[in-house]
Amino acid sequence: MALIETQNINKIYSLGDVEVNALKNVSLSIEKGEFIAIMGPSGSGKSTFMNVLGCLDKPTSGIYLLEGIDVARMNRDELAAIRNKKLGFVFQGFNLLSRTSAMENVELPMLYDGLPAGERKEKVMAALAVVGLAGREDHHPNQLSGGQQQRVAIARALVNNAPIILADEPTGNLDTKTSIEIMELFVRLNGESHITIILVTHEKDIAEFSRRRIFFRDGVVVSDELSGKT
Amino acid sequence: MINIPATIRISLRALRVNKMRSALTMLGIIIGVSAVITMLAVGTGARQRIGEQMASIGSNLLMVLPGSTTSGGVRMGAGTQPTLSTGDAEAIQKECLSVMYVAPVLSGVAQVIYGNQNWSTGITGTTTNMLQVRDWPLSAGRPFTDEEMRSASKVCLLGQTVVDNLFGGINPIGQIIRIKNVPFTVVGVLDAKGQDPGGHDQDDTVYVPVTTAQKKLFGTAFPGMVRIIMVKAKSADDLASAEKEITELLRQRHHIGQKQDDDFTVRNLTQMMQAAEQSTKVMTLLLGAIASVSLLVGGIGIMNIMLVSVTERTREIGIRMAIGAKTWDIRLQFIVEALTLSMIGGVVGIIIGISSSEVVSMLFGWPTVISPVSIFLSFGFSGFVGIFFGFYPAYKASLLDPIEALRYE
Ligand SMILES: Nc1ncnc2c1ncn2[C@@H]1O[C@H](COP(=O)(O)OP(=O)(O)O)[C@@H](O)[C@H]1O
Ligand SMILES: [Mg+2]
Repeated sequence: MALIETQNINKIYSLGDVEVNALKNVSLSIEKGEFIAIMGPSGSGKSTFMNVLGCLDKPTSGIYLLEGIDVARMNRDELAAIRNKKLGFVFQGFNLLSRTSAMENVELPMLYDGLPAGERKEKVMAALAVVGLAGREDHHPNQLSGGQQQRVAIARALVNNAPIILADEPTGNLDTKTSIEIMELFVRLNGESHITIILVTHEKDIAEFSRRRIFFRDGVVVSDELSGKT
Repeated sequence: MINIPATIRISLRALRVNKMRSALTMLGIIIGVSAVITMLAVGTGARQRIGEQMASIGSNLLMVLPGSTTSGGVRMGAGTQPTLSTGDAEAIQKECLSVMYVAPVLSGVAQVIYGNQNWSTGITGTTTNMLQVRDWPLSAGRPFTDEEMRSASKVCLLGQTVVDNLFGGINPIGQIIRIKNVPFTVVGVLDAKGQDPGGHDQDDTVYVPVTTAQKKLFGTAFPGMVRIIMVKAKSADDLASAEKEITELLRQRHHIGQKQDDDFTVRNLTQMMQAAEQSTKVMTLLLGAIASVSLLVGGIGIMNIMLVSVTERTREIGIRMAIGAKTWDIRLQFIVEALTLSMIGGVVGIIIGISSSEVVSMLFGWPTVISPVSIFLSFGFSGFVGIFFGFYPAYKASLLDPIEALRYE
């Protein structure tokens, strides 16, 4: 059984009379432990697809099985629970809570999972250590560089031991050097912890770090290739 | 699962971030709650005072006054013409079944002298029954004896104010005082009672036998004349029948024909007091209701700020939702925030309300009473306001679409 399986997913946005077919019959299968880069020009449906995978949005038609479970049948709160336990999100704009310490940002998913305070603190420290931010737990986002903020976001995605990390252009706001560092962190998490990583990028250099590349154009998967790299 | 301590922590932090705004929002609740507390304190104080005064006058009382309320088409004040007598009082006592005690009263103001002290006070000529009618015990000495009543003896009972002004420290029992230059022996002292509903000092009085008052102190238009007859009914339920019995009896005794008006008036004191108490109660509720309106306005202020806050924090809500916040996690966060605002406002309002009640009673001399009920009520009400007015913004927040919320700038 594949970790993620989509069958003929369509996503249609209706804007008055105009209909935008953002995804067209997307059928993909993703196994546990894969490192995937989703590529394609702007407006090709990458983010729309990520939102579907992230259970933030429902496809207009088609089936999405996550660990064999049909997500379409779930209600709002059940989807929230899936996002909480199965999925870690990393955004282009970091999306940390401002005026909130790194510690509390990373703690957030566990608050919604009802973990006791002692256990939360332990896990936050471990996650921050993994992303190389040990000792920064009391820093607020505005006291951290972009790269560091993205590391906090990655720690937040890791902290609930989600098997999948979804990253929509995680290096879009970072300089090249920092981008490489962040990508190396993803490679390490994928290699050491077997976390499935799906990231969107339009930069070839960034996509180089992945082992499978899926190209979108106008909502259609135009190519799906494995690189020789292991 | 919803994590309450964490939710509270999140809400408190959000409030701290916007200190000024939080404080101003609370101000509405603070004003509302302190107004409610103060109004209720003033109202309750007034009611309590009336209640105390009612008790001090005595219960189940009727007062028979001479003169009709309407006489020959012209409205006359009751008590204008002397028509009542000691005989009427005795007849009421004997014949009216609903009546427990009767005390005739012939009173006037006179100078009272002891040694080189003198004091002008009200002299009440009455019978020993007066002590039962008024529920008024003696603090020292004894009441008049039947023999003293019959023989119009020159004995008296003193109110505490008279004792204080004439005797200062000396035991008055057995002493001789002069009333209108007539020497009287003090045989007893009345227990201190305080003010009556009209604000008069009830302890500023001297009781003498009614016979003595008639014969030795005050002139009478006819023998046995009295000014008032005080009547105590057997119970509150007997007040109406007592009133009827007395009216029938006195009409008969005064030979009043079928078409003629009464030459006396029976007043139900207890009923009058209860009416006064009832109107204070209504006034208290009214004041409280008016004050509650400001609490309501405070609540609307909270809702307003919470709506602004939800809009401002759309992105934060999106992040929380993406990370796994469920519908009620989001709702509770904002409800707790509104609740915190209103509860802190409530507590501060209670403190200010209590202090301003003190100030009111000091400045205007009104009695104020802070009842625990009013404190619980305002506390509970401000909590309710927080939840009620916090719910809609919280509900709105929980319905946001996570993707759109995340995209919100
Ligand atoms: N909420 C929306 N309403 C209407 N159209 C949308 C919405 N979101 C995306 N689209 C459209 O769907 C298409 C795919 O968008 P998106 O997935 O964001 O592309 P990408 O991330 O590859 O740049 C675009 O044409 C975009 O305009
Ligand atoms: Mg995009």
